[in-house]
Amino acid sequence: MATKSKSTKKAPSKASKAEMLKYYRDMLLIRRFEEKAGQLYGMGKIAGFCHLYIGQEAVVTGMQSCLKEGDQIITGYRDHGHMLACDMEPKGVMAELTGRSGGYSKGKGGSMHMFSKEKNFYGGHGIVGAQVPIGTGLGFANKYRGTDNVAVAYFGDGAANQGQVYEAFNMASLWDLPVVYVIENNMYAMGTSVARHASETELFKRGISFEIEGEEVDGMDVLAVREAGEKAVKYARSGKGPYILEMKTYRYRGHSMSDPAKYRKREEVDDIRSHHDPIEGLKGQILEHGHATEDELKDIDKEIKAIVKDAADFSLESPEPDPSELWTDVLKDVEVA
Amino acid sequence: MSVDILMPALSPTMEEGTLSKWLKKEGDTISSGDVIAEIETDKATMEVEAVDEGTLAKILVAEGTEGVKVNAVIAVLAEEGEDADSVEAKGDAASADAKEDTSSSDKEEAASDSADKADEAEAPKAKVLNDPSIPEGTSFTDTTVRDALRDAMAEEMRRDEAVFVMGEEVAEYQGAYKVTRELLQEFGSKRVVDTPITEHGFAGLGVGAAFAGLKPIVEFMTFNFAMQAIDQIINSAGKTLYMSGGQMGCPIVFRGPNGAASRVGAQHSQDYAAWYGHVPGLKVVAPYDAADAKGLLKAAIRDPNPVVFLEHELLYGNSFPVPDLDDHVLPIGKAAIKREGTDVTLVAHSRMVGFALEAANILAEQGIDAEVIDLRTIRPLDTDTVVESVKKTNRIVCCEEGWRFFGVGAEIAATVTAEAFDYLDAPPARVHQKDVPLPYAANLEAMSLPDADDIVAAARKVCYVD
Repeated sequence: MATKSKSTKKAPSKASKAEMLKYYRDMLLIRRFEEKAGQLYGMGKIAGFCHLYIGQEAVVTGMQSCLKEGDQIITGYRDHGHMLACDMEPKGVMAELTGRSGGYSKGKGGSMHMFSKEKNFYGGHGIVGAQVPIGTGLGFANKYRGTDNVAVAYFGDGAANQGQVYEAFNMASLWDLPVVYVIENNMYAMGTSVARHASETELFKRGISFEIEGEEVDGMDVLAVREAGEKAVKYARSGKGPYILEMKTYRYRGHSMSDPAKYRKREEVDDIRSHHDPIEGLKGQILEHGHATEDELKDIDKEIKAIVKDAADFSLESPEPDPSELWTDVLKDVEVA
Repeated sequence: MSVDILMPALSPTMEEGTLSKWLKKEGDTISSGDVIAEIETDKATMEVEAVDEGTLAKILVAEGTEGVKVNAVIAVLAEEGEDADSVEAKGDAASADAKEDTSSSDKEEAASDSADKADEAEAPKAKVLNDPSIPEGTSFTDTTVRDALRDAMAEEMRRDEAVFVMGEEVAEYQGAYKVTRELLQEFGSKRVVDTPITEHGFAGLGVGAAFAGLKPIVEFMTFNFAMQAIDQIINSAGKTLYMSGGQMGCPIVFRGPNGAASRVGAQHSQDYAAWYGHVPGLKVVAPYDAADAKGLLKAAIRDPNPVVFLEHELLYGNSFPVPDLDDHVLPIGKAAIKREGTDVTLVAHSRMVGFALEAANILAEQGIDAEVIDLRTIRPLDTDTVVESVKKTNRIVCCEEGWRFFGVGAEIAATVTAEAFDYLDAPPARVHQKDVPLPYAANLEAMSLPDADDIVAAARKVCYVD
């Protein structure tokens, strides 16, 4: 088996009108939600660490379109977009960011620690790379139970240097586990560029010595992501084992809210925004195909803004957790027979 | 409606900053994401990006202004269709300050209120049942600790299809210490899984399988190697229930030999009871005899929480009577009084229980009647049983194989001092490993590790015999 590289040229659009509009809406929701989160952070309503997903929306949106009921998702700390893509309630996510009782973890987790068993979202993990063996364990459980579900484990270019990632790769390939590893290569591990942190900068090749096939994907193009994702998910679902997708993407904001991002030039950010923005790119295709008019897209924008405003209002109105919550959820009660 | 642009907080600790430069002027059209200003804190210069779209109607704080408070209104944005000249800020900089001040002092008050409450409130104690009584006439079979652990796993694997065991050499090799002997033959390679030597990886994989509802038993060849995996044990297995507000759960057992083996040197000889006992969200079990090993491992496998199950290599071959019951399950969190006495309480766990019993026999010959408590569980710690015993004996010796500093004995001594201070006739004593990495040389190793003689000496001291 050999790993191969795919060129990053635009994939031919095979998406239907409804699909394209859905992806547009989903990506826009993430973008507007994250902008609002940044604003609330600036107002001191969100505290601690807050890692925004702005710029990377096409990755999770495209991948999510390839999954079916029961497939699981797990990611690191830049996780708000993944939660929204899993159809988790924006209100619950935002209220967790503000540390309120209406949040997904009742305010006890915060930005990096949210979960939804109902939506098969397994976190939300703050330790760089820890989600990779855990995600592999989700795949292990699928195989153990004999389901045809696939686990998708997302991690960044920085996490790709963690040892436990390769421990997981080895077992996943050895046991043919149904896991798709999605490396979101946004070019910077906090402030260190890929060229400065990776001896092999083509991260899709990182599975070679484990005989895991890998592909490079234009992570700024939701349809390219979808096309690659479908292939990888199908491969894992069929019992052939894991698959690696390296999504070339970009985050517009700093690593976290307190990162001034002085390690890259403003022009670099502006260039990507102007020429490779995932939402603008899809918008152009929608207009080109006549799937919607500018006005119709503006209506979607308004709708999304209202959803985000509701989420923000809810997150500020929801009360802080009751003091009694301090002691709950440390351990589960043991059922006595 | 116009939108106030506020002085943003750019870090969790920022309270004010300098508005060093405006990059847009009044009347400019702004799209979300545009850099509109630069601000400086004591740490860095940051760019302020616009969140909303519109026209920059008014700049309220001039560039170069220092000490601009977070959340002060620095400009006003007119939204599409609005007349930029007629918009007003909803709050001016000064009133924004005042508002922020009150809200922050409110917050401090509320925070200190709840801090007081938190201090007052003890973590609620979970109810722990007593050991189920063993029916009269039950026969006992002498069983090694090794086989008792094996039987516990086999019984639980028969009972629940979701239980599986994974680790290095657990299957075809039949276990590095033969604790998983014959499990592969009965349950097959799907449920008895040989892993590569990759502790961090398979501990994490086990956590993922547990998140998904399986019940993994992860064997570490020894707990010394689990340090490679300690992040997954603590951060992923131990904390996720809390961080998810009770949504998730991690029914997993991490088990294997713990503590000093024999002549294997410092890296292979360590007692991790205090390490894991430190962490809320984990249960930690460290049994001594075979019956407890079996009953507690069965309980650990059924427990919906992550359980660190510390065995002892030097006990694997020891035989103890195990009741011939179909389902011998013991409560986690309950200590056992292994010998009743009136003069001094000896508290121990794992292999040290054997030394404590030996010491009690020696002390009896010297006219000192010692009570021996086997903690069995390190977390949750059964302090009630210990405190009650001390109220009777008025003296305590805490015994552990691990180091003294921040150890299990330190926690027990502090608890007894706090809860039975008036009953103590002597300061609590501690017996423990010497404060050095475990040496290899036979004589130094023996000097380093605690034994029955050390316990006898400590007991005599708290009884003021010596």
